[in-house]
Amino acid sequence: MAAFTLPKNSKVKAGKTFSAAEGASNKKTFRIYRWDPDSGENPRLDSYEINLDNCGPMILDAIIYIKNEIDPTLTFRRSCREGICGSCAMNIGGTNTLACTNSINEYKDDIPIYPLPHMPVIKDLVPDLTHFYAQYASIKPWMQTQTTPPPDAEKLQSKEERAELDGLYECILCACCSTSCPSYWWNSDRYLGPAILLQAYRWIADSRDEFTGERLDELEDPFRLYRCHTIMNCTNSCPKGLNPAKAIAEIKKLMLTRTL
Amino acid sequence: MSLQTPIGRVRGLGSAKEGVHHWWSQRLTALALVPLSLWFIYSLVVVTGADYATVVAWLANPLNAVLMLLFIISLYYHAALGLQVIIEDYIDSEWQKIACLILVKFLALLAGLSAAIAVLKVYLGL
Repeated sequence: MAAFTLPKNSKVKAGKTFSAAEGASNKKTFRIYRWDPDSGENPRLDSYEINLDNCGPMILDAIIYIKNEIDPTLTFRRSCREGICGSCAMNIGGTNTLACTNSINEYKDDIPIYPLPHMPVIKDLVPDLTHFYAQYASIKPWMQTQTTPPPDAEKLQSKEERAELDGLYECILCACCSTSCPSYWWNSDRYLGPAILLQAYRWIADSRDEFTGERLDELEDPFRLYRCHTIMNCTNSCPKGLNPAKAIAEIKKLMLTRTL
Repeated sequence: MSLQTPIGRVRGLGSAKEGVHHWWSQRLTALALVPLSLWFIYSLVVVTGADYATVVAWLANPLNAVLMLLFIISLYYHAALGLQVIIEDYIDSEWQKIACLILVKFLALLAGLSAAIAVLKVYLGL
């Protein structure tokens, strides 16, 4: 059966508590998942109470503040701090999103922060995305043509054709959608998941690509594509406001169109 | 332990090149079941409390018999398709999965065929 409970060595225990400086009036508590592969211990939930007056406005600012000022052992990924690299994707307040584009003010109570769900954890908030990236590579995310590309000119596309890629090209592969999808949790070994399917559709929808049929062939599979049951968590969680569920529906429509 | 590359694992046994038929059949049967279920519920209301002879006479009406057969076929086909998806979703072990799939398909066929034969028996007056 699919695993609905955590194995014994993954159960999250209570952790340490770090209090804010004396006399702080503007306080906020972050409860952060910690796991160190070298310690041999179970994961734990550490509480960090911080003084928001000393910290920037976004969740990522708070995490960086904690690492710089309170606990340098806290491990996480981050890079651009403006929602374009996808590195700081994590589960904040129960939702997969980017730490850098969410304001601390949006959360009323304590803010729980976990790594992206149902992925192997490397350390603390860093999930292992090797398989996710391999799935991305498997859909051949590059332009494929039979026509020899002109050496001295671009491949042309009308404005309407270019518009087909809106809502697709913006995907930053942060994996928020795929790791929010129950179908991906249970069957990610074979199901490609919303992020990769949206990317696959980005190439299927590209008027310049001439390998649409081959791309559909590769996706036509009870697991690779059809594990999508329109649960819509992907669309709810996408921090870029994209609609992976619609992209998957478009692929299913094309699959049907070529048989009817 | 496996030293297979991540991309090798993802490519796996390749695409099965099927799934469209299953997906489309599930939707068509769902669509058919909307009016058929409404008719079935309506019929239950109509025949409730009637005696045996009246119900048999009602089912022997060609329109009712055909609709009942369509309802039975759509229902069991749709149920088998849906249960297949649930089994594939949640059962990891390959042999358990195959065993459940066989069981579900056989049971759906058994129940569906039994119901259909019963309707035909009444309709043909055997």
